[in-house]
Amino acid sequence: MVRPITPRTLEELASHVADAVEPFRLQGHGTKPTLGNPVVASQLLSLTKFSGVESYEPEELILEAGAATKLADIEKLLRQRGQMLAFEPPDWSHLFGTSSSGSLGGVVATGLSGPRRLKSGAARDHVLGFTGVTGAGDIIRAGARVVKNVTGYDLPKLVTGSHGSLVAMTAIIVKVLPCPETEETLVYLGLEDAEAVRLMSLAMQSSAEVSAAAHVPGAGTYLRLDGVAPSIAYRRDRLARHLGHNASIMNEKESGKLWSSIRDAKPFAKLKSSSLWRISVAPSNGPAVTERILAKLNAKHFYDWAGGLIWLAVEGEPDGGVLLIRSAFTSGHATLIRASDDVRHKISAFQPQAEALAALSMRVKQSFDPNAMFNPGIMMRA
Amino acid sequence: MIAMPLPDGSVLMRRGEIVAALRQILPGDHVIDAAPALRAYESDGLAAYRQPPMVVALPSTAEQVSQILRYAHDNGVKVVPRGAGTGLSGGALPLADGILLGMAKFNRVLDIDFANRCAVVQPGVTNLAITKAVEHQGFYYAPDPSSQIACTIGGNVAENSGGVHCLKYGLTTNNILGIEMVLVTGEIIRLGGKHLDSEGYDLLGLMTGSEGLLGVVTEVTVRILQKPETARAMLVGFASNEDAGTCVADVIAAGIIPGGMEMMDRPAIHAADDFAQCGYPRNVEALLIVELDGPQVEVDHLISRVKAIAEKNRCATLQVSRSEGERLDFWAGRKSAFPAVGRISPDYICMDGTIPRKRLPEVLRAMADLSRKHGLRVANVFHAGDGNLHPLILFDANKDDEFARAEAFGADILRLCVNVGGVLTGEHGVGIEKRDLMPEMFSEIELTQQQRLKCAFDAQGLLNPGKVFPVLHRCAELGRMHVKAGNLPHADLPRF
Repeated sequence: MVRPITPRTLEELASHVADAVEPFRLQGHGTKPTLGNPVVASQLLSLTKFSGVESYEPEELILEAGAATKLADIEKLLRQRGQMLAFEPPDWSHLFGTSSSGSLGGVVATGLSGPRRLKSGAARDHVLGFTGVTGAGDIIRAGARVVKNVTGYDLPKLVTGSHGSLVAMTAIIVKVLPCPETEETLVYLGLEDAEAVRLMSLAMQSSAEVSAAAHVPGAGTYLRLDGVAPSIAYRRDRLARHLGHNASIMNEKESGKLWSSIRDAKPFAKLKSSSLWRISVAPSNGPAVTERILAKLNAKHFYDWAGGLIWLAVEGEPDGGVLLIRSAFTSGHATLIRASDDVRHKISAFQPQAEALAALSMRVKQSFDPNAMFNPGIMMRA
Repeated sequence: MIAMPLPDGSVLMRRGEIVAALRQILPGDHVIDAAPALRAYESDGLAAYRQPPMVVALPSTAEQVSQILRYAHDNGVKVVPRGAGTGLSGGALPLADGILLGMAKFNRVLDIDFANRCAVVQPGVTNLAITKAVEHQGFYYAPDPSSQIACTIGGNVAENSGGVHCLKYGLTTNNILGIEMVLVTGEIIRLGGKHLDSEGYDLLGLMTGSEGLLGVVTEVTVRILQKPETARAMLVGFASNEDAGTCVADVIAAGIIPGGMEMMDRPAIHAADDFAQCGYPRNVEALLIVELDGPQVEVDHLISRVKAIAEKNRCATLQVSRSEGERLDFWAGRKSAFPAVGRISPDYICMDGTIPRKRLPEVLRAMADLSRKHGLRVANVFHAGDGNLHPLILFDANKDDEFARAEAFGADILRLCVNVGGVLTGEHGVGIEKRDLMPEMFSEIELTQQQRLKCAFDAQGLLNPGKVFPVLHRCAELGRMHVKAGNLPHADLPRF
């Protein structure tokens, strides 16, 4: 990795890309440096100059900011007005040994969502627009500063989670939502995985509007209630009757800490040498999938998204346990989040796709980036 | 009138052969080629535009859709997919030289999975039928376009349909988890499923709202939600649009996201009240319906807060529903706004721009000016919470140039929306109706990029051509590999 290029304006970025002969690795603040497949590129395209909140209108529920604006700064600004990014973007700095939670562009490019995804939707559901430069060097804008828009193709969704392989984003428009006035978490102890996922499923089927549901084996099963205080009290009682289990209540402060910890995979913080996976399956399949994997691998796990997101830390497998993990389910996907360079170079970070879908994805890539100038190899290994 | 691409004479000459080929794939009565029967398909909800298709095919399995598309692809025949034909932008308008692919026979609910809060349905299932299938357990499917009794979920995916509750519960795109779809080459692919997030490019998000230009959806996995325990509505009248607009902004700034927040202007209030006799206050300039839903205690709490905000903004009238019957009465006028306007005018067209909410008063003033300029009346209903305007332009198609004037008025309104930072369409789609206005919102480069994406799915441009994009290009014209010095750069590198 040599020769970082740091364009200052959209036009400068476009001309760098249009004139380039060698492919680029795109980077914001570099806080998730090894997420995705290893990129084969000789130049570093730094987008750090595209920073700063361009407009924030709380009553319109809209914020537009430079892609390199620090997530922490955006969240601080939103908090001052009682608002939030409702997909609860994670901070994985401790997983990657980096210094901050990164940029808005980084979290959008990687399409990462936290516990509230269960109720409020994923990153992609909150990205309303962007400005950027395609791999072909064209300046494009997509979406607008409105929450409801069906004009033309939904490029903001396509670009979210594309790992910088289509467009170098310089600015992003996101939908923001009011923060709940308060929150608490109901804690259930001593449940086996299957029981815990059944309990979370029942809670999600109720009208209690549970905003997060996780199960950490050996620690507890957690349901978050948030909103206005009288409503929480009412829903807590309803839920207790509905579930018929005894719960203890974690107050607002403790609850906040717990869900940051789940969001950021803190239960795995100390497992420095393991391969970390994030497995997305139908929530009710979570325990069976995990059981199949644990029967053969030395691994630790916990569940978010009511069982639909399995975090898995695998010890001592030269291929990270990929074959077993990916054959443990038929619908869903397992993403390698962090592993040694050896493992990363050996296996694909993403679930291989069926042939027709893989070919289509390749054509989509080429429609934005015909010469593979942006992050070549990051989504599909050669 | 908006022009459609000229029919391809060579395809029309092969009509008999194409019909015969379809009959090889489908049972005989699932292929319609008799002129009187074709007329039933000649338009969708944008009824001013009519064109009988060359032939109608009514498949009932993904395999049949695959065979039809493969045949069309191999033989250069255009295909227009259609759900229930309730769309308002002409997205399902047939082509004289095209196969109309009717998806109505895909009408089964395949799987209801309460444990995972989802249902797997075929695309021809109506929006309301999904709710009917799950409501015995207290669940519903949230997006509620006003045509929900008739419109299909496949059409909802194609158009990314909204409804009055989408401020809180999202559009179609926020409420589906997966689809099975057929590419124009006949390949069947699955995107998403019952799991929440998917890797790879978000082609599910891209397909939603793609207006039948990228593929044909043959199965949809939708999220279902537990119904809120209760809902109460408020009917709030204001002496000015400014006060009503500020009230809406203040509610949201106070951290309250109502289940629905609708606004009507004076002409719409009068038309609705005359039609539905719903007791709307008639001496106000703007009327808000604010619906709060959730547990009773929460609804009561929020009602009192919204009431205080409305009073602070000098509301002229304020009523809170005291019973479910009264809540429905509040909605009765709004829900009958379209037929109500239909009664006071022989014809109307419904526009669908979205604007940043704070620009509402100025947009309404400018719209009044445009109304005078074009000599036509306009009534406004407005999804106030999310800035989605539905101006209804009243005209009489039997009077010489009124339809042309109505279209010109509509185009001016949409330009106005774009000029204040909004968009051409919030939930009805571009179709043919707003096709020629796309350059108002997108640069040529941006339109070209969108069309290149189309080429990734449909290199021959056979799926629903003539919709969305004002100028049709051959994919070869759009393609652009920077081949420098005669060599493909880095031919050995991974290209993904």
